[in-house]
Amino acid sequence: MTLPKIPLGDWVDTFVDFLQVQLEPLFDLIRDGIGGFVEFIVWILSSVPAAILIILFTALMLWVSKWTNAVFTAVGLLLIYNLGYWDGTIDTLALVLTSVVISIIIGVPIGIWISQNDTARNIITPILDFMQTMPAFVYLIPAILFFGIGMVPGIIASVIFAMPPTIRLTNLGIRQVPEDLIEAANAFGSTTKQKLFKVQLPLATPTIMAGVNQSVMLSLSMVVIASLVGAPGLGADVYRAVTQIKVGIGFEAGLAIVILAIVLDRISQNIGMKKQK
Amino acid sequence: MSDAKIEVRNVTKVFGKSPQQGVKMLNEGLSKKQILEKTGMTVGVNKASFEVRSGEIFVIMGLSGSGKSTLVRMFNRLIDPTDGQVLIDGQDIVKMKPNELREVRRSKISMVFQRFALFPHRTVLSNTEYGLEIKGSDRKQQREKALEALKLVGLEGYENSYPSELSGGMQQRVGLARALANDPDVLLMDEAFSALDPLIRKDMQNELLELQEKMEKTIIFITHDLDEALRIGDRIALMKDGSIVQVGTPEEILMNPANDYVERFVEDVDLSKVLTAAHVMKRPEKILADRGLRVALQIMKDAGISSLYIVDKKQKLVGAITAQDAADALKKNQKIEDIMIRDLQTVTPDTLISEMFEQVATASLPVAVIDEEERLKGIIVRGAILAALAGDDIQLNGNEVK
Repeated sequence: MTLPKIPLGDWVDTFVDFLQVQLEPLFDLIRDGIGGFVEFIVWILSSVPAAILIILFTALMLWVSKWTNAVFTAVGLLLIYNLGYWDGTIDTLALVLTSVVISIIIGVPIGIWISQNDTARNIITPILDFMQTMPAFVYLIPAILFFGIGMVPGIIASVIFAMPPTIRLTNLGIRQVPEDLIEAANAFGSTTKQKLFKVQLPLATPTIMAGVNQSVMLSLSMVVIASLVGAPGLGADVYRAVTQIKVGIGFEAGLAIVILAIVLDRISQNIGMKKQK
Repeated sequence: MSDAKIEVRNVTKVFGKSPQQGVKMLNEGLSKKQILEKTGMTVGVNKASFEVRSGEIFVIMGLSGSGKSTLVRMFNRLIDPTDGQVLIDGQDIVKMKPNELREVRRSKISMVFQRFALFPHRTVLSNTEYGLEIKGSDRKQQREKALEALKLVGLEGYENSYPSELSGGMQQRVGLARALANDPDVLLMDEAFSALDPLIRKDMQNELLELQEKMEKTIIFITHDLDEALRIGDRIALMKDGSIVQVGTPEEILMNPANDYVERFVEDVDLSKVLTAAHVMKRPEKILADRGLRVALQIMKDAGISSLYIVDKKQKLVGAITAQDAADALKKNQKIEDIMIRDLQTVTPDTLISEMFEQVATASLPVAVIDEEERLKGIIVRGAILAALAGDDIQLNGNEVK
């Protein structure tokens, strides 16, 4: 006797169909909002001449980090420009920035919430595990259904994949604040809010920034996958090179991603430390 | 002079799954150990009852694990008591609602912590301002009060430093300034000086005593160091296994230990650093300066002593004579003034015995004890000091002298 297969896939299909119909206005709103935001960023970045943007990035790096990193930034970005991947880089940058901004806007408050509430933490943590271990490609399917193709479903998939570290490390950073400081804050009659904003969050900032840094890197790792649903950028170039088996182009586009990754990593890593002195 | 500022009544704290059951078992007379064996629950504090008077330094002392830190945290409810009452100015802290409790914490009670617990991301000044900032008081006033508090603890000029840039002693001064800035009535100090090295600790103890003279706060001071307790405590509560074993002045605890535990605890104490001249001095035989030598000799003969102190009408000490000198002078028809020894060894009533060993050892006459108006209060003979150090409390004058 064989047990009948549990129709888990069918259930998910039905559920997604249900959502698609019932929540359509909401999805439209999200799509328009995120789409508008990305276009805005792309518009800003591409209306600034490449040379000025490169100088700005180099200056920012010089401010937050060592001069060697600044030199790397200048040389790396010039190389990208020279190879002809500047527009793709801007699209990718816009995608990553949007994903990270959304991750912070949603992730930090959730992180704060689960740091204050053990029940919430016990519910959210397994969801985060799920979000991070489910192959990222899978998120693309409902994302297409809900948001069509293009940049937006790519961003949604990136956010789902990249947000958990921000949530986890916000929670960790707040919980790691030494017990005696919490006692001191309580002993002087702080309200929960005062304690959070005057003691816990400032002390958790370096840890939260480490989480944001992780989110940046994870969303960068999503750019090729996002190109599968039509997101433009360096990922699309890599994807095209793969389908057409063009090693040279694949390497160039891949190198551009690596350079962008290193620049974003050094900047986001050092901003947190800079703030803490 | 002073009424109870804080009354602690039957305060109990049981840690574990069903604390109320633990309280019940305590009421049925089970011991801390029995409850731990039966239920796995830990009795942190077992029915502590005592009063803290306004303006005194009340030391709660015990070894680690005796429940003293738990007890002090129930004064401002950083830990909620399982049972009992803590009345501050007659108001029961235990029954307060969160907003009332917050009000008390903001204005009435401040706390100083063992490991300083300064906010590392804030400057010294901003740490000191914390309590005022939380209260939402006027910005300018905040700054003024914080600067005043920093001045009080001797940290002028360090306002813009970060705690990590300061030494341990200085960090704890910031902790103290932060607690004082609120101008609370009650100061809770949880092993405040225990993390400091011995010399700094002693300095801080002295400074606390000096500050206390000006401020007259009610201070509850937790320590595991008996010397510290004896040094700064007006009264001491000794804790063991969560229970208060004895409450009393340092002298009472030293001279009349309530039980074997206290006795063992205090047996190594250097009594000479606790007992003062007032404790060991004897009633002096004295004579007015205008009396004759014959009278003086008669007094000495009656009392069986070989020297006599001379005072004026206001009881002010003017000198002394010995029996030998007096007898010789009588033959030569001299007067008291002619043979009087004017250069006398004197101490004040609160001089510690340890500080007068040398004087007592070298003086040919008993050392005179005089008050600030130089009135003769008593004399100190070597035998009395030895007896007192041997722990013979019959030799002590107790508190009546004070």
